[in-house]
Amino acid sequence: MGETTPEAEPRRLAEEARDRVRFEEDALDLADQVYRVARRLVSTREEAEDLMQETYARAFRAWRSFQPGTNLRAWLLRILTNLNIDRGRKQQRSPDLQPLEEGDYYLYNKLEEAGREPNVDQDRVDERLSQDDVVSALTAVPHDFRDVIVLVDIGDFSYADAAQILEIPIGTVMSRLHRGRRILKRELADQAVSAA
Amino acid sequence: MSFGAAADPCDKCEEMLQPFLDRELSDSERAEAEAHLDGCGYCRKRYRFEDALRRFVRQAAVEEMPPDLKQKLADLRTPLL
Repeated sequence: MGETTPEAEPRRLAEEARDRVRFEEDALDLADQVYRVARRLVSTREEAEDLMQETYARAFRAWRSFQPGTNLRAWLLRILTNLNIDRGRKQQRSPDLQPLEEGDYYLYNKLEEAGREPNVDQDRVDERLSQDDVVSALTAVPHDFRDVIVLVDIGDFSYADAAQILEIPIGTVMSRLHRGRRILKRELADQAVSAA
Repeated sequence: MSFGAAADPCDKCEEMLQPFLDRELSDSERAEAEAHLDGCGYCRKRYRFEDALRRFVRQAAVEEMPPDLKQKLADLRTPLL
């Protein structure tokens, strides 16, 4: 307030430039982690790349609205998920579709029935399921459920962060996660058993 | 959530699987689930499978960022005057 002298303005500009550069470097340092989440929120690598570029362009423009000391990764993902919805994701939705879900033991029981009882002593899940199975099954999970699974189970966000990123109540995060994991397991069971 | 006398304890245990692994159960619920798991190989196998499955999904879903994308993002920075 007291700094209205002519020499104060260049100093303020220099400080702002320094803060901006620091923000941009911090955001770029997180790009690998943001990409891992982005890649599973959309279907193709090209979509993920476009979404990342739009997100970073917007983040760099809006850098002043980030509050230092808060979670920058969550802030970037909030921009990214909003952009993803804006990009017409709603058109892909089937709002009335009630995805089929089974209990939490369903996948294990199906593998067991198919004669491929998981060897729990070695936890060799990868002998029963492939990376492609997981990717296809995730893609088949409806978006609202998939977003939460990707943020919490792949992005390692807390329920509270996921709620903030998606702008939904924490109870909704928990119920979508619970149901989404069941839908995912049903999809995995369908793939694993049909491939048997 | 608890193991009522009338309900099938394995059904109850199945319902508790996700909150158990997410560490969302209260102390008493957790103790109840652990007591059931101690004596029930059927549920114990399925809990271990779920734990391994989560780790596998996390690892299988990871796709690294294409190297040239990072440069494209860096190019979006505000030019220094």
